Amino acid sequence: MGQITLKSVRKSFGDVHVIPGVDLEIRDGEFVVFVGPSGCGKSTLLRLIAGLEDTTAGQILIDGKDATDLPPARRGLAMVFQSYALYPHMTVRKNIAFPLKMAGLSEAEQAKKVEAAAKVLNLTAYLDRRPGQLSGGQRQRVAIGRAIVREPAAFLFDEPLSNLDAALRVTMRQEISELHQALKTTMIYVTHDQVEAMTMADKIVVLNAGRIEQVGSPLDLYHFPDNLFVAGFIGSPKMNLIEGAEAARHNARTIGIRPEHIGVGSGPWEGTVQLSEHLGSDSFVKVQVDGIGVLNVRAGGEIGVHHGDRIRLNPEPDKIHRFDADGKAIR
Amino acid sequence: MSTHSTRLAARLMVAPSVILLFVWMIVPLAMTLYYSFRFYRLLTPDRTRWTSFDNYTWFLNSPDFWLAIFNTLALVGGVLVITVVLGTLIALLIDQPVKGQGVLRILVIAPFFVMPPVAASIWENLFMHPQNGLFAAFARGFGAQPILFLENYPMLSVIGIVSWEWLPFATLILLTALQSLSSEQLEAAEMDGAGAVSRFRHIILPHLTRAITVVILIQTIFLLGIFGEIFTTTQGGPGSASTTLPYMIFKQAIAAKDIGRAAAGGIIAVILANIVAYFLMRGIGKNLDA
Repeated sequence: MGQITLKSVRKSFGDVHVIPGVDLEIRDGEFVVFVGPSGCGKSTLLRLIAGLEDTTAGQILIDGKDATDLPPARRGLAMVFQSYALYPHMTVRKNIAFPLKMAGLSEAEQAKKVEAAAKVLNLTAYLDRRPGQLSGGQRQRVAIGRAIVREPAAFLFDEPLSNLDAALRVTMRQEISELHQALKTTMIYVTHDQVEAMTMADKIVVLNAGRIEQVGSPLDLYHFPDNLFVAGFIGSPKMNLIEGAEAARHNARTIGIRPEHIGVGSGPWEGTVQLSEHLGSDSFVKVQVDGIGVLNVRAGGEIGVHHGDRIRLNPEPDKIHRFDADGKAIR
Repeated sequence: MSTHSTRLAARLMVAPSVILLFVWMIVPLAMTLYYSFRFYRLLTPDRTRWTSFDNYTWFLNSPDFWLAIFNTLALVGGVLVITVVLGTLIALLIDQPVKGQGVLRILVIAPFFVMPPVAASIWENLFMHPQNGLFAAFARGFGAQPILFLENYPMLSVIGIVSWEWLPFATLILLTALQSLSSEQLEAAEMDGAGAVSRFRHIILPHLTRAITVVILIQTIFLLGIFGEIFTTTQGGPGSASTTLPYMIFKQAIAAKDIGRAAAGGIIAVILANIVAYFLMRGIGKNLDA
């Protein structure tokens, strides 16, 4: 079981209200990703759930029981830290066995569980090494191993992939997703990388300045952003946001159109190409559109436009997002 | 970077200091060795001669010798235990966030800046003095007889004074080591179900081993030669109760004015220091390897 409920949870450091009030429901077995720009309070929220920070006000329920004032060890959660936080003087085996030892399990049981975890994570050959002798990816796996042996109600990941290189990040991302499929345990994952959020999550929680901007499945957030912040944050390259006369024509203060939803060739908008980046599969084109401003367009890889070309752009009408004066979506 | 010529240049560059240090070490050692085989008393400086091992046999058969060895080792061991244990605890304490942390740390470190004879005088006259001392006042406050520290417990008193002087050093080194421990490791241990004692035992203490090793090695070097505190307080007494090897050598050289015997004692002290160093490096030296 791993159902976690936050009821108007607040956190202040002195006069700074890092989290002014959050309500959130995390169902058992869900993979939830907290995403947001740095300093948005996502790590603090995770640490509140872990019990590493005291909650200023509100309630945290784990499996229906009030855990607000429980010490971290008694919440039944396991955490993987950004720095991995392995114990450098212990071998991999002892690192993984440490929570079991603290729980008072017998040596035989410890060994059995460590072996099982090592097998799942391909660490069997490294059990007698120390963390200092392992690569980044292996350390990451040891940290995960230390978390899974406890059979926790939920896993908490605090930006676990940010210290890895790009290629390894993709692999580890898939491994963590597969682990979630296999264990079916609740996972809460904090990241500032929206690609990780989009690819791994069942449910994304977008945070900004300690507030939840929107909660939903990755595609929900992509197709139906509730507000300007989510519209701008989710999606890469970023959504084009247009104000002024063109927006007024759609009865909105601001309209948004994603770069991939703008066709090149014929259409109502005309502009000059400022920059075109040809990636092979795609081309990213930056266009100065007359009367609107600079738009980013994502076109096919075969398109041959260059700096200074005049082109016409055609936004797909049903893919235009409209926002009111408060930045809320108009549907 | 490590071509033949750069290696040669490096050797040439360090040569002057290596030679200087070597000469600085070998000349006094050779002179001590030379005098230790000579009959040489300052009261009769014209009657000097070779005496074979007489100085050594006298020193080794002297009734105070084994007591002095024991006292020296007791002083080193006692101070090490007290400073490492208390130093760790104080470091843990002042690592906590409190108001006035900066001032507190300076106060904790202050005794280290007091020179040994001054420290010993302060303890002798302000704390341990049977009439004017603070401890005597306490004892009288409880209606008890003041304890005669320097008379009845001379060695323990000296150990106490030297520990007070060296505690700041141990605390300082251990505090910096504590501060280099990542808080995420402690948090991870907390999540793993380790209580405060387990965290200390399994995370903090292993992290401190290298710093503790450094403290033990450096302090041993200085503690083997402790002299000023004894000279100021007990003068090695009562009787020979607080005579250590360095103090015994001092008595031979300055009080008895027998350079030969003092030199023999010096050589014995060098041998003792090497034995201690050997066992220390075998026992805890491996902690220094990365």
